[in-house]
Amino acid sequence: MNVVVCIKQVPDPNSPGQLDPSTHLLKRDGELVLDPGDEFGVEAGLQLVEKHGGQVTVVSMGPERGLDAVRKALAMGAAKGVLISDDSLRGSDALTTAKVLAAAIRKQDFDVVITATESTDGYTGVVPQMIAGLLDIPAVTFAKSVSVEGDKLTAQRQTETGIEVVEATLPVVLSVTAGVNEPRYPSLKGIMGAKQKPLDRPGPADLNLEDVGGASTGQRITAIDSAPERAAGEIIKDEGEAAKRIVDFLADKKVI
Amino acid sequence: MACFNSAVTTAQSPPATLRLPAASDLYAVDDLLSDDERLIRDTVRAMVRERVLPVIADHFEAATFPHQLVAEVAGLGLLGMHLTGYGCAGTSAVGYGIACEELEAGDSGLRSFVSVQGSLAMFPIHAYGSEEQKQKFLPEMAAGSMIGCFGLTEADAGSDPGRMRTSARRAGEGWVLNGSKMWITNGSIADLAVVWAATEDGVRGFIVERGTPGFTTSDIHRKLSLRASVTSELHFDSVYLPETAALPGVTGMRGPLSCLNEARYGIAWGALGAGRACFEAAVEYSSTRRMFDRSIARFQLTQAKLATMATSLVQGRLVAHRLGTLKDSGRLHPVQVSLAKRANVRAAIDIAREARTILGANGITLEYPVIRHMNNLESVLTYEGTEEVHTLILGKAITGEDAFS
Ligand SMILES: Cc1cc2nc3c(=O)[nH]c(=O)nc-3n(C[C@H](O)[C@H](O)[C@H](O)COP(=O)(O)OP(=O)(O)OC[C@H]3O[C@@H](n4cnc5c(N)ncnc54)[C@H](O)[C@@H]3O)c2cc1C
Ligand SMILES: Cc1cc2nc3c(=O)[nH]c(=O)nc-3n(C[C@H](O)[C@H](O)[C@H](O)COP(=O)(O)OP(=O)(O)OC[C@H]3O[C@@H](n4cnc5c(N)ncnc54)[C@H](O)[C@@H]3O)c2cc1C
Repeated sequence: MNVVVCIKQVPDPNSPGQLDPSTHLLKRDGELVLDPGDEFGVEAGLQLVEKHGGQVTVVSMGPERGLDAVRKALAMGAAKGVLISDDSLRGSDALTTAKVLAAAIRKQDFDVVITATESTDGYTGVVPQMIAGLLDIPAVTFAKSVSVEGDKLTAQRQTETGIEVVEATLPVVLSVTAGVNEPRYPSLKGIMGAKQKPLDRPGPADLNLEDVGGASTGQRITAIDSAPERAAGEIIKDEGEAAKRIVDFLADKKVI
Repeated sequence: MACFNSAVTTAQSPPATLRLPAASDLYAVDDLLSDDERLIRDTVRAMVRERVLPVIADHFEAATFPHQLVAEVAGLGLLGMHLTGYGCAGTSAVGYGIACEELEAGDSGLRSFVSVQGSLAMFPIHAYGSEEQKQKFLPEMAAGSMIGCFGLTEADAGSDPGRMRTSARRAGEGWVLNGSKMWITNGSIADLAVVWAATEDGVRGFIVERGTPGFTTSDIHRKLSLRASVTSELHFDSVYLPETAALPGVTGMRGPLSCLNEARYGIAWGALGAGRACFEAAVEYSSTRRMFDRSIARFQLTQAKLATMATSLVQGRLVAHRLGTLKDSGRLHPVQVSLAKRANVRAAIDIAREARTILGANGITLEYPVIRHMNNLESVLTYEGTEEVHTLILGKAITGEDAFS
């Protein structure tokens, strides 16, 4: 069973990023890391192939520096990496991203395509479903656990109302939530061995994409603004009746 | 006046594209790391943040060894990471160094565990052991299923280990070992001890496995430093050892000293990790703590402390990286290791003490990492060659005069 995991490199969430007022894109001059959300995807892929055989290929579209994220996934245990980093793709919107990724995925041998539910930076949360649409295969989203039996994939989905158990026939696109597993650390041996693993660097021509890229995307970001400051909350000093005042407040809001 | 002002402004406003590196590495010395080494750094840093920092202050307070972290560091492949073959990762010396820095940013005790296992217990077996000894011990030690310790120091032979009294004499096909060792890291949790003993041919190394009749250990208590690390005495009462327990590859003090050289190399890097952690705690604290109606970071005295600390970190880091490059190219001289161990541990302890003052009263509690690092560094200053001993090594190298006795 072969798994493709889509991974994205993002500004380190531990050091908050800034939007560039001229390009309206996130500034990426600080530390970049493999999206923590995608670590769950890589781990899920590794667990599937450890159980059922086969191998994990990671696919990423992003700037040259994205190699670090691919290398980390290889060090964790993925067998092969694919990085698409053509300058014409800079500023791609979600649909273009999905087209590029789908084209790269088609070139791989795969039974399951794994993504996170949304990226930590772009955060549109639509790329997985778009990939499934473009590949014309089912999308099983927001999985909090996964198993595969023969050609059936079963996932538990966390929803507002409860847990759904969903079954789909392979191949499928699967988006996994944080907490689906505990991502392993890359081992030092894995790190030392990652350099020997195959790494593909296809350009748009290799993927038969005639018309992609920032200019041709269907949407663009027209303005950015800072988020409104959250209004300061009310601090209740306990002078004997704090509990009652909190209960009254919650009752007033119809929370209790 | 206006002219003066604009000069100041120009000096302070570099081109918009220039980005100042992080305060703890103002010269971006870490840019010298290779991709692999950077990934090693990030991995160990993440492990320390997620697995070590949440528990280490409690272990320090209770004076308990965090046994659960053995599997963690072994899983990453940190044990014997710079050795090749036998289940070891085979990283560069710089990779080993940067891992030590990250481990010690967690706790000097954890770094000590890793140093002792890799550089003091695995290294002599790797360098001087027979093929059977390597096969038998190294893979298990790399996997963390066997823990090792290194017995050189004795109660009356510290800085002058050549005067050791522990001795091994030939008896039939093997050896009989008598004596005791003091201040031995990992002693009572070790499955095997690499013990250095005087023989009629000179000092030899022996692998003494736990459970060998006559071999016992007892722990040293009431330590106020390296409390999350085990320190023990080893006792050998007519311990019979077969010839296969002796390390065949080395005779003389060169054996143990070469091991110390490996471990000291890691300490030169490691100490910077403890220093960095203290510096970062001080920067963070100074920006949030307000006194006299302003942030204490606003006071020139605080800024002078932080500026000195940041400078020491840059200097120490440059020394460590250069040391690593020398080691990786096979040109490292032990005197260079002495210089780096002495300079960087001193830098770290000075940073820790200054950081402690910035935290005021909070600086003396385990709620912050500073006093833990500060106390730990007192051991680091003493073990692996005291500051004084390294000073004399440098003095002898410079002047040709031996001032040891
Ligand atoms: C040269 C270049 C520069 C770029 N610069 C930026 C930038 O500055 N800021 C920015 O946000 N994006 C940048 N991108 C990437 C791309 O534009 C975004 O990934 C895309 O808009 C996806 O949107 P999202 O992150 O909201 O996806 P979401 O739908 O939120 O992502 C869900 C999941 O889909 C997968 N996924 C999403 N994007 C990718 C990807 N690129 N590669 C692999 N898997 C992916 C991941 O598993 C992710 O968790 C750049 C790309 C290139 C080629
Ligand atoms: C926590 C901890 C863990 C340790 N782990 C190990 C271990 O795993 N294995 C091991 O073998 N040992 C270990 N040691 C022992 C350590 O290496 C010794 O403590 C160290 O070598 C110093 O020896 P000493 O304590 O006997 O001090 P001494 O040698 O008695 O020195 C006392 C003081 O005199 C100074 N001094 C000594 N000689 C001179 C001189 N010629 N000129 C000027 N000053 C001098 C010293 O610098 C020091 O300041 C450990 C020690 C500690 C504290």
